[in-house]
Amino acid sequence: MRRETILNLAIPGILLATALIAYAMDEPYIITLATKAAILALAGVGLNIALGLGGLVSLGHAAFFGVGGYAMGILAFHAQNYMPIWGVIEGTKSMPIIWLVALIASALTALVIGAMSLRTTGVYFIMITLAFGQMLFYFAISWPTYGGEDGMSIYLRNGFPGVNTLVPLNFFLICFVILAVVMVLTDRLGKSAFGLALQATRQNAARAEAVGLAPYRLRLVAFTISGAVTGLAGALFADLNRFVSPSMLSWHMSGEIMILIILGGIARLSGPVAGAMLFIALEYVLEDLSHYWHVYLGAILLGVVLFARGGVIGLIAGREVAHD
Amino acid sequence: MSLLKLSHVSAFYGASQALFDVHLDLAEGEVLALMGRNGMGKSTTVKVICRMLKNRGGSVMFDGLDLGSVPAHKAARAGIGLVPEGRRCFAPLTVQENLIAAARKGHWDMARVSELFPRLGERQDQVASSLSGGEQQMLAIGRALMTNPRLLILDEATEGLAPVIRQEIWAAIRQLKVEAGLSILVIDKSLKELGGVADKGVIIEKGVTVWTGAFSDLTRDVTDRHLGV
Repeated sequence: MRRETILNLAIPGILLATALIAYAMDEPYIITLATKAAILALAGVGLNIALGLGGLVSLGHAAFFGVGGYAMGILAFHAQNYMPIWGVIEGTKSMPIIWLVALIASALTALVIGAMSLRTTGVYFIMITLAFGQMLFYFAISWPTYGGEDGMSIYLRNGFPGVNTLVPLNFFLICFVILAVVMVLTDRLGKSAFGLALQATRQNAARAEAVGLAPYRLRLVAFTISGAVTGLAGALFADLNRFVSPSMLSWHMSGEIMILIILGGIARLSGPVAGAMLFIALEYVLEDLSHYWHVYLGAILLGVVLFARGGVIGLIAGREVAHD
Repeated sequence: MSLLKLSHVSAFYGASQALFDVHLDLAEGEVLALMGRNGMGKSTTVKVICRMLKNRGGSVMFDGLDLGSVPAHKAARAGIGLVPEGRRCFAPLTVQENLIAAARKGHWDMARVSELFPRLGERQDQVASSLSGGEQQMLAIGRALMTNPRLLILDEATEGLAPVIRQEIWAAIRQLKVEAGLSILVIDKSLKELGGVADKGVIIEKGVTVWTGAFSDLTRDVTDRHLGV
């Protein structure tokens, strides 16, 4: 078994073990941190489909994260107030329905944004995705029905059939299982004819066209799937905090998701998981040391970019190809 | 009936005109050698056929389809398979992944490509960038075959390769002609090797077709005038 394959199993295993040990030691805060890491990792796995497989440097993925969050917030808000949306559609507190709506809403948003953004490349693509993200951010700020700048609170965590989601470990396990399933599917996607064609397009679009691959279409599909996964993470993040606000849509959030991928390793299957765990751990440790913990994080990030370009996974497994 | 027909084709790189009046005609099952000195427009003609460069004048017809407004990927899907100059495989992907990425349904599959180039079968899990030049060239041909083309274009397929590997590639090209009956447009500097496979020849000079005919009619006088250094 290759070293990277072992890491792909071990890193999520460490995350699971952390939550289980914290449960045994009655440390619910650590379980919450592990849950946050699992959700951010899921968002990272989503972005990694566009960035790692497709080479699409998107600075607007917070848009999908936020759309997923608001899908959860709006449905739960209407359910808890017994007030149908537009007087017609009932709200819901059911997680599976919320996830489905979040997936569809963020996929559609990604499809529309991608259809326009993917006509550009390089720095223009980065800027246009950033601009779309900020458009949605300012839209959320000026949307008083759902809290505007203050956001909105959901009193009770949404429900999952047969599971008490208020128990931190239960909610962690839900998030972890989703993360594991999405990682398996992403792995399959990367090895499928579609995934290989996408990687070929990333390497050289003109060469890929010469063998009959349509780069624009391939990238649009990848961007849409990527947005949908990130949106699902947004719905879970909102459920974790029981709070939705425009900050989920801000460019800071896009940057945070990208940072954790860079930390873990771009195009590495477990890179976002390693990155998210490291990011949360650093936040937890460094925040105690100083208010200005982002400075230390910045220094670490610089170190990774300069000396470990394959991120944590690259450092351990070596700079071999991403697929295994 | 023509499979590929170029009539009075002109093309530009920005403001610079590269092709002025190119015409060629290739029938199904034929092998056509596209010849000319360096910089005369052979690779530009290939780019026009594959729609990587749009022609400004004239017409490019492939199997009755006017390729005028067709994008590159649709030209490839219509049945034009390109083995580009300088090999150019998808370097980070393995041999198998390079082939799967380009695969479309048809006669050519992994097994048949491996049969044509046994080295590829042996190295299917090896990353393309770690292959030798000759193996990369075999992979580039295999990848083009995996698109199941009706026309295979080989642009300087044997350039820079060791003599033994060149022989292997030429043997494969002959096999493609005789056993698979594939239409082939081949660019190469070796007239001797071209003579072993080509039915027809076209010579381009300064972006203009200056000679066309059966390869066997290519005289010393013509080669000295248009291909000599």
